[in-house]
Amino acid sequence: MARTIVPFGPQHPVLPEPIHVTVTVEDEIITDAVPALGYVHRGLETLADVRDHVQMIQVVERVCGICSMIHAACYVQGIEEMMGVEVPRRAEYLRVIWSELHRMHSHLLWLGLYADAFGFESLFMQFWRIRERVMDLMEATAGARVIISVNVIGGVRRDLDEDQCKWVLSEVEDVEKQIRQLQTTMLNDYSVKKRTVDVGVITKEQALELGAAGPCLRGSGVAQDMRMTGYGAYDDMGFEPIVETAGDCYARGAVRFRETLQAGEIIRKAIAGLPEGETSVKVRGRPKGEVITRVEQPRGELMYYIKANGSKNLDRLRIRTPTFANIPPLTAMLPGMELADVPVIILSIDPCISCTER
Amino acid sequence: MAFMTPTIVKNFFGKPATRMYPITTREPFSNARGELYIDVKECNMCTLCARACPAQCITVDREKATWECDPFECVYCGVCVDVCGRKCLHQHDQYRAPAVEKFVMHEQGEIKKKPKKEASDSA
Repeated sequence: MARTIVPFGPQHPVLPEPIHVTVTVEDEIITDAVPALGYVHRGLETLADVRDHVQMIQVVERVCGICSMIHAACYVQGIEEMMGVEVPRRAEYLRVIWSELHRMHSHLLWLGLYADAFGFESLFMQFWRIRERVMDLMEATAGARVIISVNVIGGVRRDLDEDQCKWVLSEVEDVEKQIRQLQTTMLNDYSVKKRTVDVGVITKEQALELGAAGPCLRGSGVAQDMRMTGYGAYDDMGFEPIVETAGDCYARGAVRFRETLQAGEIIRKAIAGLPEGETSVKVRGRPKGEVITRVEQPRGELMYYIKANGSKNLDRLRIRTPTFANIPPLTAMLPGMELADVPVIILSIDPCISCTER
Repeated sequence: MAFMTPTIVKNFFGKPATRMYPITTREPFSNARGELYIDVKECNMCTLCARACPAQCITVDREKATWECDPFECVYCGVCVDVCGRKCLHQHDQYRAPAVEKFVMHEQGEIKKKPKKEASDSA
């Protein structure tokens, strides 16, 4: 059978962000896939030369438009480690609450996009409808819908009072209830299974060898999550990672679906154990040294390398995002699949291209 | 698709999830970060806001006692509001409405002979 090369993307109805994949097909069966990136590079790492280390918080928040808070939390965690700042426990708990709200809205966004990728429009709208309430929670507690800007070096800028905590709890419970109503559709529906089961399979060994991260890795049966290391206040949350073993699109979807519910659980625990005290400490001086800091983003492990020389600007800021790690596994998922499954498989790694290219 | 039926029926008879925008608008939450404004009479032109702004959208001229902000560069982060020693910077709870032409917010403060120096530097 003759080989045909089909360009997929960078503009494609199913893609929220531009990624190009050159797909080689033989009779509709993919034999090879070569990704190409570089459409949304913004040079944010280089901005560290121009903006000082405090202003960089707002810059790194804009690396990702979905999990902005977690980027900033990772960055300030690194700077705090470098400067030896003891963050108040309340601030760490509040960071967990906002991180999990972010995870919740990110996964809901993805679940919607994923449903859209296999043509289930009403499920897509249902997920996004729920997500809107999580966005309201963030606006009411932090002041903005996505880029919530709550992190500062030494703590957080906003606090939750008792009434807000109660309201957040009741809203989260309601959101969880609504998500659970979609559980059977997402996990048991015939048409969903038809499009996702045994599609884009990646084995445990392949996932480890190719360096997959996040739900992509956990969907293949590897229990690896940065939250297990207990950074911030996660050591108090009794966190257990969610693992599926099949390694196909369905497993990755199931991991994310269950993580959305787990995020609600963690928020409940964090609010219940929210300690009294300050939300931030005054930090003086400038960072010096180098540090690698890692947190768990909705898409997987996020790593920041920060090098500072004691001046206002950082020497080097290197951001490694989980989507970058998930692109080699993506190229292993595609061969052997049908051309019509490409959108679902690409979506199944939750590609965040702006993150990857920074 | 069968599992979706109860949700679909509920949506069919329930209230719509959307509003009749722009006739009905949602009120912003009370502490949402929106448009920036300054109470220039209180300002002592210390330039802390201009130095802290991550978007570099604020320009302060101490000699002419002018405070300028490009609202289209502003990212609504509220850092300037936090660092302001005189607490003269505030944010509305609503975003700035879109405009056809770009402009710069220009505020003229009082020219003082000996402006007070701000000692603290948050950086």
